[in-house]
Amino acid sequence: MSTLVATNKKSFGATLWDYLTTVDHKKIAIMYLIAGGFFFLVGGLEALAIRWQLVQPMNDFVSAGFYNELITMHGTTMIFLAAMPLIFAFMNAVVPLQIGARDVAFPFLNSLGFWLFLFGGIMLNVGWFTGGAADAGWTAYAPLSTTSPGEGVDYYVLGLQISGAGTLMGGINFLVTIVNMRAPGMTYMRMPLFTWTAFVASALILFAFPALTVGLFLMMFDRLFGAGFFEANMGGNAVIWQHLFWIFGHPEVYILALPAFGVFSEIISTFSKKRLFGYTAMVFATVLIGFLGFMVWAHHMFTVGMGPAANSIFAVATMAIAVPTGIKIFNWLFTLWGGSIEINTPMLWALGFIPTFTLGGMTGVMVAAASADYQFHDTYFVVAHFHYVIVGGVVFALLAGLHYWWPKMFGTILDDKLGKITFWFFFIGFHLTFFIQHFLGLMGMPRRYWTYLENQGLDLGNLVSTIGAFLMGVGTIFLLINIVKTTMKNERVGGDPWDARTLEWAIPSPPPFYNFKQLPLVRGLDPLWVEKTEGRKGMTPAEPIGDIHMPNNSFLPFVISVGLFIAGFGFIYQKHDLSWLTLIFIGMGIALGAMLTRSVKDDIGYHIHKEDLQKEAEE
Amino acid sequence: MSEHDVLNPKHMPHNPEKATLEGKNKFIGFWFFLGGESVLFASLFGTYLALNDSTNGGKSSEELFGLELVFIMTMLLLTSSLTSVYAMYHMKNNDFKKMMVWLGITVALGLGFLCFELYEFNHYIHEYEFTMRSSAFGSAFYTLVGFHGGHVVFGLLWFISLMVRNAKRGLNLYNAPKFYIASLYWHFIDVVWVFIFTVVYLMGVL
Repeated sequence: MSTLVATNKKSFGATLWDYLTTVDHKKIAIMYLIAGGFFFLVGGLEALAIRWQLVQPMNDFVSAGFYNELITMHGTTMIFLAAMPLIFAFMNAVVPLQIGARDVAFPFLNSLGFWLFLFGGIMLNVGWFTGGAADAGWTAYAPLSTTSPGEGVDYYVLGLQISGAGTLMGGINFLVTIVNMRAPGMTYMRMPLFTWTAFVASALILFAFPALTVGLFLMMFDRLFGAGFFEANMGGNAVIWQHLFWIFGHPEVYILALPAFGVFSEIISTFSKKRLFGYTAMVFATVLIGFLGFMVWAHHMFTVGMGPAANSIFAVATMAIAVPTGIKIFNWLFTLWGGSIEINTPMLWALGFIPTFTLGGMTGVMVAAASADYQFHDTYFVVAHFHYVIVGGVVFALLAGLHYWWPKMFGTILDDKLGKITFWFFFIGFHLTFFIQHFLGLMGMPRRYWTYLENQGLDLGNLVSTIGAFLMGVGTIFLLINIVKTTMKNERVGGDPWDARTLEWAIPSPPPFYNFKQLPLVRGLDPLWVEKTEGRKGMTPAEPIGDIHMPNNSFLPFVISVGLFIAGFGFIYQKHDLSWLTLIFIGMGIALGAMLTRSVKDDIGYHIHKEDLQKEAEE
Repeated sequence: MSEHDVLNPKHMPHNPEKATLEGKNKFIGFWFFLGGESVLFASLFGTYLALNDSTNGGKSSEELFGLELVFIMTMLLLTSSLTSVYAMYHMKNNDFKKMMVWLGITVALGLGFLCFELYEFNHYIHEYEFTMRSSAFGSAFYTLVGFHGGHVVFGLLWFISLMVRNAKRGLNLYNAPKFYIASLYWHFIDVVWVFIFTVVYLMGVL
């Protein structure tokens, strides 16, 4: 069974089949990276269209209705189809390696999670081609969303439902992987910070996404089956949607932000040549932020009319998050302090992140003051605030992590000069775009409006903001050039190009499909660095060479996802014509049939034999 | 551990559901999953509590619910949880036949519960014209109780397919975790029902 001899050049069909059926977390990471990167570009183009519409007063580049679709799909795409999957890409690529595991706990589920995300994402975007995408804002507030005509919001509801199920699977998978599959000696308090943040983020996914699931179901029943959850005429209450959405939506911010913090902790520590300052405090702050993230959802609803008592409680709880976040900021600064700092592309992103994110945090405290929020609410001030957090925090981290882990994922290294050009275009463009939006907001420019009048004092600010957005676009083009160039040149790097500290750098780049030939013995925080300081080249193995258990590939995750994708269309169009119900039966039949196949067919994987591993080692 | 040892163990350990790494992963992973399920049902309960008076001029919970039927349903489901405990007890003693018998009883009790639930829904719809579309209360009631009912259906299908698949080959370290987590799932459904009984029916008639 197990042949380790690398087959030379595989045919295109074989490669495609390999990726369609793979359960290898490293390949799934690459698929997440490609799919998430694609949606990032789509969301970026939507953003540019929005900014182009707002470049001058009374512009008519797009129609008002199309503008609603653009802002809705920009937000939805960026959060669910770009940021989340890209975070998952890094979690898949790195977490098992950082804890010294051969695999994730549920390789099959891992693949299923990816395909569900992808088909859900496609479903969301199908709306563009069938008479209009979702247009009720990424928050889809009822009754705007329940009364939105056409099928746009239906695609939103079903697409998010399918891709959300995939995310939940991913979350559970990483929780179990981290609990059960750490290498000998890898105690919780020796786990790298990226793994820690992935762990807490996974816990947040576990407890946040089911609320979204329920919200989407209620929305689906209202829109497609005539239920009345949000329908005031039937006694329904639209605020329920807001609560459910934000019980999910606020933790979602931290699901994205915490792994971003993890990425920067790794990078800052690696390129300062120091262990992370205040590691224990960092872990504590991560867990605390995760906990508080659940306590503050109603700060999105200060102006709904919950009353002063509820507003005060949620205001105070929200401001409390600034404390652990502040701990983190200072720990990064103290890690830099006195370190021998190397400035390269990942480090530039990290250094740019610290002031940017701090600004976003400060406006966060401003918005958290309930009384002041009545002024900020639904203005560009809020838009500026959350882009400082999500772009300045998460996207910066994704780009930093991309440059940092690219060698580990692909075995080649991204060009540093091009990387720095990307950084400066993107960084300057970002601040031009969003800093001025604080002032636009304070001057009264409302969110989500299609256009604005002349001589309101908004012209110059909007022009500057649009110029900034296009500079970010230029930065992204340089990134793409960099990726193409690096791939073409294909200069291989060794296992540890950064002289780094954590376990993933102890094995070749890209890692063999079984990750570690022998599980490493972890003897401290930053295990690889511990070994290096004691003069060893690599990790001490914790076990003799033995058989390695591997999971079998499977086509079923793809089939299940296709089945649900087909059923989604049935659910949407049965509201016009009941004959579409057949699609539900076909789709669910495919999905459930594949699930049944999975559960009745024994699949206990295979073993790579000791002899093969030894032979490979001698070659 | 080779494939042979997993599928044909020479001697069964005391906790066969946690004897392999895969088993341990399933065990802990399923507990996490149930954590997520708790949030799912908590959200549905919250929605129900917000809407249970919004009858839109239609039937209210006092007029609809009768405790006799619900009492029988509760007894059936609670007992089925007990019988699934017996099944797991026999699994740990490596007595495959007895485990299957008790699982069979569990499935029968679950089916009984389901029949009563279908009767109940049918009764409300045809006798009182109380549907998902009649009011926000109706939407919330059928969604919450129906979601639970859907879980019961899924649990029964799960048990049945496990029993059919493994009928001829006995217990091993590959299917033991599967039986175990199916029974965990069944207990969870039971716990949710206790909350439905209290929040929906008891609070609805009192």
